[in-house]
Amino acid sequence: MNLAIRDVRFNLGRFLLTAVGLGLLLMIVMGMGGIYKGIEEDAVLLIDELNADLWIVQSDTRGPFAELSRLPANVEDRAWAVPGVASARRFVTHTVQREYQGRSIRISIVGLSWPTDRGEWLPIISGRTIAQGHYEMVADVTLGLGVGEHITLGKDTYHVVGITKNMISSGGDGLAFMSIADSQAIQFDAAGEATRLERAARRGRAEDDDITQSQPGMLERANMPASMNPAFGSPMVSAILVNLKPGVDIEIVREVMNGWADVTVYSGEQERQLLLQGPVDRARRQIGLFRVLLVAISAIIMSLILYTMTLDKIHDIALLKLMGAKDRVILGLVLQEAFLLGAIAYVLAYFIGKKLFPFFPRRVIVTNDMLVWLAFAVMVICIVGSALGIRKAMSVEPNEVLS
Amino acid sequence: MTQHAPAIETIGISKIYGSGNTEVIALREATMTIQRGEVVALLGPSGSGKSTLLSSIGLINPPTSGQIKIDGKVVMDGPKPFVNLQRYRRERLGFIFQKSNLIPFLSAIENVMIALSISGIEGRPAKRRAMELLDSLGVAERAKNLPSALSGGQQQRVAIARALANKPSLLLADEPTAALDSKLGRQVMELFREIGHENQAGVLVVTHDQRSLEVFDRILHMDDGLLTELEVANSKPK
Repeated sequence: MNLAIRDVRFNLGRFLLTAVGLGLLLMIVMGMGGIYKGIEEDAVLLIDELNADLWIVQSDTRGPFAELSRLPANVEDRAWAVPGVASARRFVTHTVQREYQGRSIRISIVGLSWPTDRGEWLPIISGRTIAQGHYEMVADVTLGLGVGEHITLGKDTYHVVGITKNMISSGGDGLAFMSIADSQAIQFDAAGEATRLERAARRGRAEDDDITQSQPGMLERANMPASMNPAFGSPMVSAILVNLKPGVDIEIVREVMNGWADVTVYSGEQERQLLLQGPVDRARRQIGLFRVLLVAISAIIMSLILYTMTLDKIHDIALLKLMGAKDRVILGLVLQEAFLLGAIAYVLAYFIGKKLFPFFPRRVIVTNDMLVWLAFAVMVICIVGSALGIRKAMSVEPNEVLS
Repeated sequence: MTQHAPAIETIGISKIYGSGNTEVIALREATMTIQRGEVVALLGPSGSGKSTLLSSIGLINPPTSGQIKIDGKVVMDGPKPFVNLQRYRRERLGFIFQKSNLIPFLSAIENVMIALSISGIEGRPAKRRAMELLDSLGVAERAKNLPSALSGGQQQRVAIARALANKPSLLLADEPTAALDSKLGRQVMELFREIGHENQAGVLVVTHDQRSLEVFDRILHMDDGLLTELEVANSKPK
């Protein structure tokens, strides 16, 4: 005769309510694990998707994700010239926050090295990749934009031609992909008045210089756009991504590039680690610690619940002992109820989480490994949590029935 | 009756709680014998040591000194057990209390079956035996009801059925009629007499109820830890 099942059936309402409460608690534990995993995955997602063998960044920086990195776009040409390089492409990333249809959206813009890179590697779920060098963009679904929509960024309007899924920046913002020229146009966009003032200031500085007295043409050039002025370089990029030919030793190529005094070169894995140890590290550790606390709190709450459930039956346990019940009968009663409670709470946590997590603002990634880990943790919590109740049950004297 | 060893025999058992200035003597060299089939009442004022004697005989509160024999075998000598007390309680003793003490989450039949289950009897044989007992005690029709759906008298009958489940050689009842009205109380006392005689089990009933004493074969009296036997003038013929 299974006493645990009968006791649960007798107190079904209370038992289920307790299981729901515990289930919600376990769902939070599961969610915290999922958020932790989500932060990790989101952080390195772009690096993984870009799949570059080498990242060339500004000298002595950990850029472009851990800190600001700026280097001339022509480093790309230098990279192409290194033996063993299969491809080199420019990479630009920056974040903008704009009002769109009455709501505020944060977009993490990634520049694609058009026409070499048209975004064929992107996980497109609807629409297509960019097919022209200007005014087209591919947006992540989290930005809430649809294929065919138009959004004005800077002085230009961009046509959303494709939608990706799960393309999130390390800060949790949805990514938008467009040509590098467009992304730089947005990044360095300045108001007309600011441009006019800058040109006037430039002319003022030129007028103070002796050389413009002897070379009046230079004074005229000071009034022109920066792009027509050889004295001004083209806008900087964030990094140059390099892929090597098959069989080429990455260290040899890296050594060659590291010889250039104006850049620093990292492997894809190093760039990944820089990101994980940099911007996301504190958030990751904070959530990790919070998760540990939640597991501890769950264990304490579960212990108290199991202890209270045992206390409720202490008279019956004393009676069973008086009737000569073996210890394993008592042990079975307490442990089976603990496992049943844990199992129901776990299943509830899984299904509630599955329905709820997609509504979270950041990705919550619950992997099979995490589910197995949580199941194991719940089992351990059940055993440890029952210990207090079992101790009480084992110490109760049969003669307590007589009192 | 004489073919069997006594259901229970105590030889000079004493129970002392505490020590020194706080020493309390609850039992003073109590000696008694209950044969199988004999129904015995134990009277005495509150605090006289009745419950201590009952719990000592019930192998749940070992005496400080003296011997307890069950079915002729020494089971305790002073506080030292000579047998597996848990097994002896399971196989040789049946307990009935003032309150029925039924397990609230088990039905009437399950409350009887649990006693059998503890002794290793499961399934159909357990169900058949439990049903027979409930039937013999007139509560078979309430077999599937939870204790909360039974009257006080019915609950006590189910408790008696549970106590009888493993065919004990000794039934110990602690004020079993205290929670019942006088009519029902008398019925239960009569039931003990029948059970004792029919099942050849010794029955010891601790009671305050003076109105039903004639159903007992013998009456023991306890006062201040001292056990004495009273004359029975009006007991029924066996």
